[in-house]
Amino acid sequence: MFPELINTRPLRRAVDDGLNWVVRNWGGELEAAAYPLLMLLNWIERLLIATPWWLFIAFFVGLAYVATRNWRLPLTVFLGLVFLGLMQLWRDAMVTTALMIAATLTAIVFSIPVGVWMSRSARVRSIVTPILDLMQTLPSFVYLIPTVMIFGPGKIPALLATIVYASPPLVRLTDLGLRNVDPAVMEASRAFGTSSSQRLFGVQIPLALPTILAGVNQTTMMALAMVVIASMIGAGGLGYQVLQGIGRLEVSRGLFAGLGIVVLAIVFDRITQAYGRRIQERIGVGETR
Amino acid sequence: MTDLVQNGGETANSDPAAAPDPAAPDLAIAMRGVTKIFGPDPEAALALMRAGRSKAEVQAETGHVVGLDNVSLDIERGQIYVVMGLSGSGKSTLIRHVNRLIDPTAGEIVVNGDHVLEMSLAQLREFRRTRIAMVFQKFGLLPHRSVIDNVAYGLEVRGVGKAERLEKAAHWIEMVGLAGYEKSRPRQLSGGQQQRVGLARALAMDTDILLMDEAFSALDPLIRSGMQDQLLELQSSLNKTILFITHDFDEALKIGNRIAVLKDGAVQQVGKPEEIVLNPANAHIEEFVREVNKARAIHVRTIMEKGDFEPLDMTVPLDARCEDVLPYFAEHDWVGVADDEGRQIGRVRARQVIKALARYVPQE
Repeated sequence: MFPELINTRPLRRAVDDGLNWVVRNWGGELEAAAYPLLMLLNWIERLLIATPWWLFIAFFVGLAYVATRNWRLPLTVFLGLVFLGLMQLWRDAMVTTALMIAATLTAIVFSIPVGVWMSRSARVRSIVTPILDLMQTLPSFVYLIPTVMIFGPGKIPALLATIVYASPPLVRLTDLGLRNVDPAVMEASRAFGTSSSQRLFGVQIPLALPTILAGVNQTTMMALAMVVIASMIGAGGLGYQVLQGIGRLEVSRGLFAGLGIVVLAIVFDRITQAYGRRIQERIGVGETR
Repeated sequence: MTDLVQNGGETANSDPAAAPDPAAPDLAIAMRGVTKIFGPDPEAALALMRAGRSKAEVQAETGHVVGLDNVSLDIERGQIYVVMGLSGSGKSTLIRHVNRLIDPTAGEIVVNGDHVLEMSLAQLREFRRTRIAMVFQKFGLLPHRSVIDNVAYGLEVRGVGKAERLEKAAHWIEMVGLAGYEKSRPRQLSGGQQQRVGLARALAMDTDILLMDEAFSALDPLIRSGMQDQLLELQSSLNKTILFITHDFDEALKIGNRIAVLKDGAVQQVGKPEEIVLNPANAHIEEFVREVNKARAIHVRTIMEKGDFEPLDMTVPLDARCEDVLPYFAEHDWVGVADDEGRQIGRVRARQVIKALARYVPQE
């Protein structure tokens, strides 16, 4: 056994007391700060639930067709979404999709600027990278418990946990994409007297777009990976069905809801990837003459 | 009038007293004692250099690389000024100093009378937007924009309205022979066509000064030769000041009004093409000269006998090269040289041509 060199009890108590103090004194403010997120999530959720199922299916099948100009992906999307409906998982799927979309949108808003900042400064990168590592590896329950203590069980902690877990790949890929833009093109742009924001929006971001979209794709996938955990603290949706299936030892319920998550993952993954490929082809990185 | 500048002696290539005023009106670009040292602490390395250490010593002691070593150039208006050097000679570093894509460690750079190094960031941007344009070895085209939007890019950055810039862009696309490709993407074009887009983009800026960094080096020999001809043809009507970087001595001789030879970041020799061919300043330059087609490099006028002679049946124009007169010697002993009005101003004999071509056989 490692000898007990220091007494850790005061340290632990300090952390616990600190959290309690925050909950007591800042709980209301923090909840108010997170309120816009909740509004966003609820709005998306209501929109998706109010959308007729056939319109939802038509929209995503159309999106898949526009992205690929091919019948295969639209057919896959159609079959997958019809499966959700047939299995009576439609409403839960909409709740889960709303959580995923809200988390992804929030992640985009925060991650892309951080990625831009990282790509411009080695020091920022050296500070942000370990934080991203921490966000991806720290077991989510470790930060779920304090967030539940602050916000109470419900959608806000679920959404926050999903955002924390799902943003790092987008930050990393934004940074990577911006730094990998052909230096010859950047130099040419500089020689014509562009300002750094003209270069960022006119050259770097358009050329990094395929990589940034790959990051968005990763973020959607990681957000879906969090739905079961999110449902434990009150997010509802397909994850809650899985959880109930486990609790009641109803294998079928867990299996079908689990397959529903897989269907959503396939739909969003394939569609975002197809759009990424399309942009890449337009820029001409991946295509031969 | 040769102005040979030999490096290696104490009187290196910058003698401020002898050099003309860098802001003189007939100079488009003047560089004075420009030194560039790459590394974390260039000032310390510069101090060592000034204390008389060689570049190799500085590099060994401090790990700093000397990119340019006390370079001074005078580039007159309307010239095609070629800087020639092998890879690693610092030529690409040199051209990037003119529009300050690279900041020098020491020295002075004057473009059209303006001191480039004293410009603020905003002034520098304005300078790049309005006074100087550049063509790149790797083209540097924007892959997500069509050809016409690429050509209009510089004007767009300058703030020119859409209709006007597209009209100008279309004009220059036609001038470089790419009409019909306006809506194509750069990746759909061949290398030669892409560089025409790069050239059109620079020409559309309508600046007096054009920087060309190994612009034709990435192209196939035939395409390259065609681009050189096109550049010369455009230049005959545009009369810009062109700073052209190349590693190809033949290219330098073909297009240069004046050539500076760069080695290890230092200027070895500056002169007209035939001055360099006829009087290479050192062994390094002689090596280039040995490989070159001298019959093409040497103009007849530099070796002719000047004066009034009895009119000859066969005359060649003033800008004829040795290779142009060689066929006539089968029939004639003498060939006259005529000026632009057709008056005979001198004559040349086969023996003189042979002597010029044979002068620099390596001597053992």
